[in-house]
Formats: sequence, structure tokens, C-alpha cells
Amino acid sequence: MTKSIKEIQDEIIEEFSKYADWSDIENDNNKYFHLIELGRALPPIDASVKNDKNIIDGCQSKVWLTAKVENGKIIYFADSNTEITKGIISLLIRVFSNQTPDDIINANMDFLKNMGLENHLSPTRANGLIIMIKQMKLYALASKAKLSNKKV
Amino acid sequence: MEFDVKKVRADFPILKQLIYNKPLVYFDNAATTQKPLSVIESISEYYKTINSNIHRGVHHLSILATNQYEETREITQKFINAKNKSEIIFTRGTTESINLIANTFAKRFINKNDEVVISTMEHHSNIVPWQMVCEEREAKLKVIPINESGEIIFEEFEKLLNEKTKIVAITHISNVLGTINPIKKIIEKAHSYNIPVLIDGAQSSAHMKVDVQELDCDFFCFSGHKMYGPTGIGVLYGKEKILDELPPYQGGGDMIDKVTFEKTTYNRIPLKFEAGTQNIADAIGLKAAIEYINKTGINNIFEYEDEILKYATGKMMEIEGMKIYGTAKNKTSVISFLIGNIKPDDAGEIIDKFGIAVRTGHHCAQPLMDWYKIPGTVRASFAFYNTKEEIDMLVRAIERVKVMFL
Repeated sequence: MTKSIKEIQDEIIEEFSKYADWSDIENDNNKYFHLIELGRALPPIDASVKNDKNIIDGCQSKVWLTAKVENGKIIYFADSNTEITKGIISLLIRVFSNQTPDDIINANMDFLKNMGLENHLSPTRANGLIIMIKQMKLYALASKAKLSNKKV
Repeated sequence: MEFDVKKVRADFPILKQLIYNKPLVYFDNAATTQKPLSVIESISEYYKTINSNIHRGVHHLSILATNQYEETREITQKFINAKNKSEIIFTRGTTESINLIANTFAKRFINKNDEVVISTMEHHSNIVPWQMVCEEREAKLKVIPINESGEIIFEEFEKLLNEKTKIVAITHISNVLGTINPIKKIIEKAHSYNIPVLIDGAQSSAHMKVDVQELDCDFFCFSGHKMYGPTGIGVLYGKEKILDELPPYQGGGDMIDKVTFEKTTYNRIPLKFEAGTQNIADAIGLKAAIEYINKTGINNIFEYEDEILKYATGKMMEIEGMKIYGTAKNKTSVISFLIGNIKPDDAGEIIDKFGIAVRTGHHCAQPLMDWYKIPGTVRASFAFYNTKEEIDMLVRAIERVKVMFL
């Protein structure tokens, strides 16, 4: 049984709570180190997918996003040219991948605020984050429509 | 007068702040500068004691406000050594000053197949307004190339000038590279073809002595907020003769001589270009800012900032993997850089956690970034309240960035 979105979010909050605060930057146990590490561990996406069609408009860093549907669940693939953004993407993929469109559409994303990440992002990055989440939810919405059409 | 950075810093309340529990290090001065207490207080004092509309009021407060507003014009005139007070026009900032000239100048002087000359290192504010009028008038935009150090190639500039060239618009100091352009030479050359020159002085007015008569420029544009003054107030200097020839920019109150439904005649300069109620409070704030610069001494400021620039350049060049963009022989206190292949946004976010404000990205100069084939840089830009200790902190932050991303 896959974990629910809420369970994964709580897990991430718990995981990050073990690290030193975002602003405690000279501490080697800083949260940024963990975020960057997670980004680096993200499986690489196919170079052919890194095209203009899959670029998310509005992010200052380059972000490529694709997804596929498997057994009624969505699996996301993404990459970015900046490390911190890539780390953030890894969190979003962890939360949303392998979930049903409905769960993704209805997901509350307060966990990003609760882990203190949102407050530490530059305005352009925070804005990019909102756009990324929106894009992932839009994909879920489109997939839901497709899935229900098939049923009819 | 001896320059004392401690004394200067004490005049800027914002510098006492802690960011993430660390003392604020403000290195984003090319974007906007901080304000001394005298500027901040002049604005609140205006609203508390003399707020009223200017120029046509007969009542006591209006006279006081008009006097202060016009005193700002006078002190600005002296600050850049303009010949006449009427050559000083207040705008919202450099961008509006350039737009004003681009639009009115094009209407009067730019026609089909004419040419406008700018440089590779212009800020978008000195590109887009010209592009817009060139499109409208079917004229062409010509761009002066630069060399790897970020200096204009003068011989190439000369080649661009011909009888079709209607105006040269160029920055005094690059907001990205810090290059101080040889504008006196550029102006002389352009004038030998009878071509007027507009100087974008956004980055120079607070950092070095500007004498518009000595330069002999036709237009000089700058912003209050980049010279320790308030946002929303800027200056357009123009030679009287040419300003008189230009049509008005915006219609409205104050810019008229006589209005009937059949015809309106316009006021004389500068009011011809100051339609509507002006930004009186911030003009008065600008006056306080210029007074502050005068008191400190613009040459003292230039020398101190040059010392800071040299110190910072030396320290930063010691960092392995450091590449500085903009290494002109004649440059001012701006350092744009990249470290290895670390993305500017990643670096900026970590540097911020040290309480250091730098800027990352294309700095409103995308064509220049394209020329260097980079998406952006990290930019540290200094002012006279910055210290060598703060530079050391930046170096420490950059070393930390390297640990995190390399």
C-alpha cells in the first residue's frame, strides 16, 4: 500500500527537522545540504524530454516536467538546471508521484511552509514553486479527464 | 575633508539591522541605494508641515512647497553643473527620462531609415524605448560592439556614425560590468557629425562627479533612488535649445500656457515636460540626498569606493574558479561574477543566508548576457557605506557556496 500524500509530507517534515535551520548556513548539518543531496539523487530524465515543450514557463531556473499514467496513478519526471530547484522538485515528485489524480488535485501543500522552506526562498523561486505545483496539479486534472473519458 | 566610513554608516538607519541574526551587508547598490536619515526625515517633515500643491497656489503652504521643490531644481542644476535651472526636468526616474526623450525626439527628428546608436552593454531601459520608437518610425537600431573586458570598441563606434544617425544613446557606467565609458570622447565624435548624445547616468550620478557642460552631452538621465534619495523621482537634463524644440510628452495641468477647446499653447521648459501634480515629497527628498552627497564630497566617495573595488577585486580573484565579468581599465564599484559552473541563483540564495544582499540574474541586460553567452551573473555592487570587513564576509560566503555546490 503506497503512503498517502499527507503521510509523505509528514515524513519529509520529520526528516528535515533533524537538520539545522536554513539560515544556519555555516552549519554542516544545514537543511540546504540535505535538499541539494536529494536533488542530486533524483533519477536523471531522458535528454530528449528536456525540450522547450516540457519547460515550465515562469520559473527563473529552467525546469522540465513530464509525467505518465500507470494503473490510474501519475508518475512525474522532472529536472532543473539549478541545484536548489532540483532539490525542491525532488520533494514535489516524492509527494505527488504514484498518487491518484484526485489525491494530487486535492493535496494541501502547507508542508512547504511548515518545513520553513517557503520563507527562505527568493521571491522568484517562491513564485516558481507555485507554478510548478500548479503545473503538476494541472497534469493530474488533465489525466483525470482522460481516465474518466475511457470509462465512458 | 577626511572620509570616515563609520560616521557615514551611522547616518543610514537600515544598516543597523540584523538579517538572519547577522549584520546586514548591503551589496545591491546598483539596484538601489539605502537612504540616510536626513532624506527619510525630509520626506516626513514635508508631509507634516508644508504638504500642498505647487506652482499656482497663492496660500502660504503652497508657496513654501513650491520654494522647496524649485530649490531642488536649483541644487540639482548645481550638482551636475547645468547652465540653466530650466534644463532640469523632474521625472519618475532614469527610465522615464529616457522614454520622454525617445518619444519626443523621435516625433520631431527620427524618420524612415534613420538610425539610432546604442551600445552592447545597455540596460533594457536604454534599449527598449529606442526599439519601440525605431519600430514606429521605421528607423534602425545600431549597436556598438564591446571587447572581452567589457569596453566599447571606439573604432567600431566611429564606423557606425553617418548622416542617417539621429542620436547616440549610451550608458555612462554599465550596471553589470562597472565599465566607465569614455563618454566625453564619444560625445565629441558624435558632435563632429552634429549628432546629439543622451547619457544614461543611472549608475554614475552617485559615484562620480558629473559636469554636463564639460561633457557637453545633450541629455543626461538619472534616478534619485540610486543616489541615496527616494524612489519615484528622477532627473532629465537637456540642453535648453534642444528641449525647446521638442514637443511635450504628456498633456495635463502645469504644462500649459493657455487652453481653449480649439487650441492649447504650452508652457516653457521645464514645466512643458512636467504635466500633472509632480512628486513633490520625493523631489524634496532628492534635495536632501544631494545635500548629503555634497557634504560627504563626491570625490571622497569616488576615491573610497575605488579603494573598496580594488580590495574586493583582489580578494575575489584569490578564490579558485572565480570569473569576473567586466575587467575594464576604467571601472567603478560593481563586480559581476560566476564561480565555476555554479548557477547564480544557487549562489545568491546561500550568500543571502549570510545576511548579504547581492543580485543574481541578467540585471536587465539580456543582450549583454547573450554576448558573454551566459544566462546571468551574481553581482555585488558597492557604495560608500560598505567596508573591507564586509568584503571579507562576502569572500567567506562565496567559499561556503563552493563547499555546498562543488
